[in-house]
Amino acid sequence: MTTKLFGEPVRRREDARLIIGKGRYLDDIGSNALAAAFVRSPHAHARITGIDVEAALDVEGLVAIYTYDDLTGPMAEPLPVLIPHPQLTQPRTGHALARDVVRHVGEAIVMVVATDRYVAEDAAERIVVTYEELPVVVGVDAAHEAKAAVHPDVPDNVAARHRQETGDVEPVLAASPRTLSFTQYIERSASMPMEGRGVHAKWDTDDRSLRVYTSTQASTSVRAAIAAKLDLSLDKVEVIAPDVGGGFGVKIVHPWPEELLVPMAAIALGAEVKWAEDRREHFISSAHERQQRQDITVGYDDEGRITALDVHVLHDNGAYTPYGIIVPIITATQLVGPYVIPVYRVQVDSVYTNTVIVTPYRGAGRPQACYAMERTMDRIADELGLDRAVVRERNLIQPDQFPYDHQLTFQDGRPVIYDSGDYPGLMVKLKELVGWDEAEALRSEAAARGKHLGIGMALYVEGTGPGPYEGGHVQVLGSGKVLVSTGLTSQGQGHETAFAQIVASELGVPIEDIEVTTGDTRRFGYAVGTFASRAAVMSGNAIALAARGVREKALRIAADVLEVDASDLEIDEGLVQVKGTPGASIPLRTVAVLSNPLRYAFDEAAKQATQFTTHDDSKPPVAEGDAPGLEHRDYYSPLRSTFASGAHAAIVEIDPATWEIDIVKYAVVHDCGNVVNPMIVEGQVHGGVAQGVGGALYERMVYDKDGQLQNASYMDFLMPYSSEVPDVVIDHQQTPSPLNPLGIKGAGEAGVIPGTAAIASAIEDAVGRRIAAMPISPTELYDLVRSPDSERTAASSRRAENGVLA
Amino acid sequence: MSVDTDRTITVTVNGVPREATVPVRRLLSDALRHDLGLTGTHVGCEHGVCGACTVLVDGDPVRSCLMLAVQVDGHAVTTVEGLARDDHRGGQVLHPVQEAFRECHALQCGFCTPGFLTTIAAGLEKRDPAAELTDEEVDDMVGGNLCRCTGYANIKKAVHHAAAAMKDDAR
Amino acid sequence: MKPAPFRYADPGTLDEALAVLSAEGEGAKVLAGGQSLLPLLSMRLAAPTTLVDINRVPGLDSVEVTGNGVTVGALVRHTALLADDAAARVQPLLARATANVAHPAIRNRGTTVGSIAHADPSGEMTSVLALTDGAVTVATPSGPRTVEWRDLFVGPLETSLHGPAVVTSAFFPALPDRSGTAFAEVARRKGDYAVCGAGVVVTLDEDRRIARVRASYVSVGLTPEVHDLTEAVAGKPVDSADWAAAGALARTLVDPDTDIHASADYRRLLVGVLTERTLAEAAAEAAAKVTGE
Ligand SMILES: Cc1cc2nc3c(=O)[nH]c(=O)nc-3n(C[C@H](O)[C@H](O)[C@H](O)COP(=O)(O)OP(=O)(O)OC[C@H]3O[C@@H](n4cnc5c(N)ncnc54)[C@H](O)[C@@H]3O)c2cc1C
Ligand code: FES
Ligand code: FES
Repeated sequence: MTTKLFGEPVRRREDARLIIGKGRYLDDIGSNALAAAFVRSPHAHARITGIDVEAALDVEGLVAIYTYDDLTGPMAEPLPVLIPHPQLTQPRTGHALARDVVRHVGEAIVMVVATDRYVAEDAAERIVVTYEELPVVVGVDAAHEAKAAVHPDVPDNVAARHRQETGDVEPVLAASPRTLSFTQYIERSASMPMEGRGVHAKWDTDDRSLRVYTSTQASTSVRAAIAAKLDLSLDKVEVIAPDVGGGFGVKIVHPWPEELLVPMAAIALGAEVKWAEDRREHFISSAHERQQRQDITVGYDDEGRITALDVHVLHDNGAYTPYGIIVPIITATQLVGPYVIPVYRVQVDSVYTNTVIVTPYRGAGRPQACYAMERTMDRIADELGLDRAVVRERNLIQPDQFPYDHQLTFQDGRPVIYDSGDYPGLMVKLKELVGWDEAEALRSEAAARGKHLGIGMALYVEGTGPGPYEGGHVQVLGSGKVLVSTGLTSQGQGHETAFAQIVASELGVPIEDIEVTTGDTRRFGYAVGTFASRAAVMSGNAIALAARGVREKALRIAADVLEVDASDLEIDEGLVQVKGTPGASIPLRTVAVLSNPLRYAFDEAAKQATQFTTHDDSKPPVAEGDAPGLEHRDYYSPLRSTFASGAHAAIVEIDPATWEIDIVKYAVVHDCGNVVNPMIVEGQVHGGVAQGVGGALYERMVYDKDGQLQNASYMDFLMPYSSEVPDVVIDHQQTPSPLNPLGIKGAGEAGVIPGTAAIASAIEDAVGRRIAAMPISPTELYDLVRSPDSERTAASSRRAENGVLA
Repeated sequence: MSVDTDRTITVTVNGVPREATVPVRRLLSDALRHDLGLTGTHVGCEHGVCGACTVLVDGDPVRSCLMLAVQVDGHAVTTVEGLARDDHRGGQVLHPVQEAFRECHALQCGFCTPGFLTTIAAGLEKRDPAAELTDEEVDDMVGGNLCRCTGYANIKKAVHHAAAAMKDDAR
Repeated sequence: MKPAPFRYADPGTLDEALAVLSAEGEGAKVLAGGQSLLPLLSMRLAAPTTLVDINRVPGLDSVEVTGNGVTVGALVRHTALLADDAAARVQPLLARATANVAHPAIRNRGTTVGSIAHADPSGEMTSVLALTDGAVTVATPSGPRTVEWRDLFVGPLETSLHGPAVVTSAFFPALPDRSGTAFAEVARRKGDYAVCGAGVVVTLDEDRRIARVRASYVSVGLTPEVHDLTEAVAGKPVDSADWAAAGALARTLVDPDTDIHASADYRRLLVGVLTERTLAEAAAEAAAKVTGE
């Protein structure tokens, strides 16, 4: 019997090439291609008054220079608003090359193409752009004040007001035994994959067709965008995502200006053209996420049970809104977390600023949502003098309440109905894992060493695997090789392995015979993309369905040959056999050969399927309704998202002399339903936690008031090295999703979501001061603890009365 | 004394003498990738911080984005492509750290991986394989490279795993 | 992020190096480890016309240790100095500070002398040169000369060296008798440039009383400075000295800046804390020596 590979920690198949340096990332392609470089705006907001390329023209190796004036047809139009929404009343996008006004530092103005990147940069450096500077808006508060406007026809800087309510909040708040209100902030970070963006385009002058490689999370849609913008027939454009060196959200945005301009130049020049983004470009011209101001009012009773929640968020969407209001919607709808919130009202005002655009970064609005909800729980506990875990427990949705309808509308336009989960179960495990009930003993022990110790927790529910659909194709070749493809892309999640595991299990073939291709429009043209922890759920299920289709057909053909009933057959190790009758079998590869009636024999295997060897002349060679070949294509389109969940806790120690913050323990309990490959899922958790820690303590985009990004380098944007990432202990829970055939939920983003909330809670617990702005660094913590205005927690006052430090 | 804008250099790359004519401003990382076709060396920042471009020059890990190609004229460079050994039967044996990375799931997107592998391989080669590997040694070997995917836990595990394999081999 | 065009020479002797530097004029720059210069070139924040690579100049790669001090040649990499036990015995600050410079792969290329020539006030070795009262030897077309640290550092990334000049070595005087040192820093990430670093030397008299206390800081001020903190603890027995008082004094003497990683106030706080901590450590080391005498 084939060992069931589903659920096993199968070692990754993609690693074989990646560990010997044989991966194929974007910049590894086309070593002789011409190189593009860009002149980008040094100003956050300015009108372009002139572009003088004269000095660049005598740079040896210069091939072409493009400005807005060189763009024609759809290319001269603004970039698409990818995800329109009725509440996005003032969508604005830039042009592939700036037309008249630039709205953030880094916006592309001129594209230079030259023999190599060095030369392209030489030429770009000599191009003189003159500007008339305009007033700059930085930060949500400035945007809200609207002393200046980012877009002149949007004087209040509000792109969208996203509003949802599940009832009439105000009377419930008024009637609540208790209420509290507070304001908090969260800053910008960014996906920051180790490989930047990049595009390679090759125009086949004879065939008049275009092949584009791009480091993207959505190759099918990039293809459609290129065809539309460059006036090409879709069948003349193929787009391939090669090995992608990390995405984390930023590569879901498309088409990037460069994804259109590089192909445009390739066509115009009849040459291969490539652009490999450098790190500085990535900082100032890709995308960031996370800045919000949150004003929260909550009603609750003396037991800490929430009666009503009213949240107003100011969300910084940067200079443009190509990705619509997905992040605001996710914040709005995921805020409620694992809790029963009897009445909920949320309004997210998405505002323009003169900064890099804001689009999903792993978590995509959920870390902010979790921060809002979980910090609310902490405040309620503090006001009532209750254990923070107890307050949470009292508000949890109980296991018998599923499916649980929050009466909200999610990012996919579908209702937020939690499919399954066991939130009290998560709590039990988390408290045990982190040692929640022993925290006071740890605190005293640390105090004896002169350290402030604190503990915090945060829970989340994550809508994963949103539609509309993904597809899968499975084909068995006469050689026995099984080709599997799906349209969505991979950026390190191990899809080649996970999808192969699914097919091996469903079809009964050795995993070694399976070859998986993702993100290649030549192989699979219909797809949505890799985001929102959806790959395993969406493509995983589609591929499972496709494999089941192949299995069914294989059994049907084999039943014919073996003259048995299909239900008496099984497939194991690539052999179709009669159950319980050893020897009565036919290899799957032979079935594949027989599935395709042939006229011509080109090899030994094919001989078996030619017209004089196949008999039964009572039927046409290809039965009605059937098709040649042992293959099947299928799609999975879910009714709605499936909801994964988890709980994190952090213990921090703070040095009261230097205010350095050390995470001494980090505990994770997570539940993503059935697991295809636990090794891969655990890897996703570890990676997510590291980003969560980065977002809580180290990473932030520091803009000055002029809109200059002060830390556009790895030297100053502090992504954690291993020395900054704590050891993580993990426990698991599995509540399968009833919504899909495999019972799985997404796992890609979970690790990052509760980091900021849990760590803020732990720091607050350690120092006894309210933490209302994250991330927090030692210098800020120092400012906070010595500021006479900073608010003490009630818990710390109580502790002080009992003579305990902090 | 010649002052040049282009130079022809000879470098022993992964044990093979290679010659290339390059502009003097060409970074070693670019020369390896684009002139010599060894694209296993990756470029993540080009200012020395991420370590993705780390190669061994005369056995020591250095950032190839912070060296000029002309500076390795006459030296030996090892890239990730050169870590595996010839098995004298027409195939290759992976370096223990390469095996360990796969075994321990120490890579996801794989972009940072070559820099980790070269750095760790050099670190492990330099130590007495019989000695117990300390956590500080591991921290030193992985501490200067950025990875955005893995959270490092499995990378550290892989170093221990590789060291154990090398200890067994040394017996 | 690719360097602008430049010309390149890699002279085989010091004289040749000076000759090329003279011939190429103002825009020529020395290339040593390249760990500071190459990022600047790639970001096009510097665009020298010519790089004069001194890596092939013989005789610059040794560490010479005598009773008087340690002479570090221009091509001695951070890694080599860090591993030099003889140097560490004569002047322990060298290894203690170097351990805080970047990560190993950077230390394998970057040079101690390059750090000093780069005159970065957030570099560790500029402070150590100051604290030890060191000097550099500079080769010029008119012959070698010695430049005391006080005369060397003019501003951030700026030295008093102009025209064709190669720093051939740096000299760090030996730790005086009955003295101890310590070095500590706070950085955002391990291996990063310090938010604040402190190096100290404590010297005792024969009676184990504090005779002299000096400190120098990293990432504090525009150029490295040495602060004499003796008055806070002068004459006190080493075991009962009030190091907090010395820390407090230090806080009044420094003039740190605010940047995106730390406020001036926070740096001042760290100056106090690190001073107190390092002094206690250095004093214990000094005391052990006096006891051992
Ligand atoms: C990621 C990263 C992290 C780092 N972290 C730290 C850190 O924490 N602390 C720290 O101190 N440093 C750090 N550095 C810098 C590193 O220590 C450098 O090695 C050092 O600053 C410069 O030495 P170099 O030999 O590389 O000099 P180069 O880069 O070659 O030169 C630097 C400058 O000094 C001049 N110069 C160099 N040598 C001479 C000479 N002999 N005569 C005349 N002029 C000369 C050059 O012309 C140039 O202007 C870091 C570097 C990187 C890339
Ligand atoms: S690319 Fe060289 S260190 Fe990042
Ligand atoms: S595996 Fe993706 S950056 Fe390390």
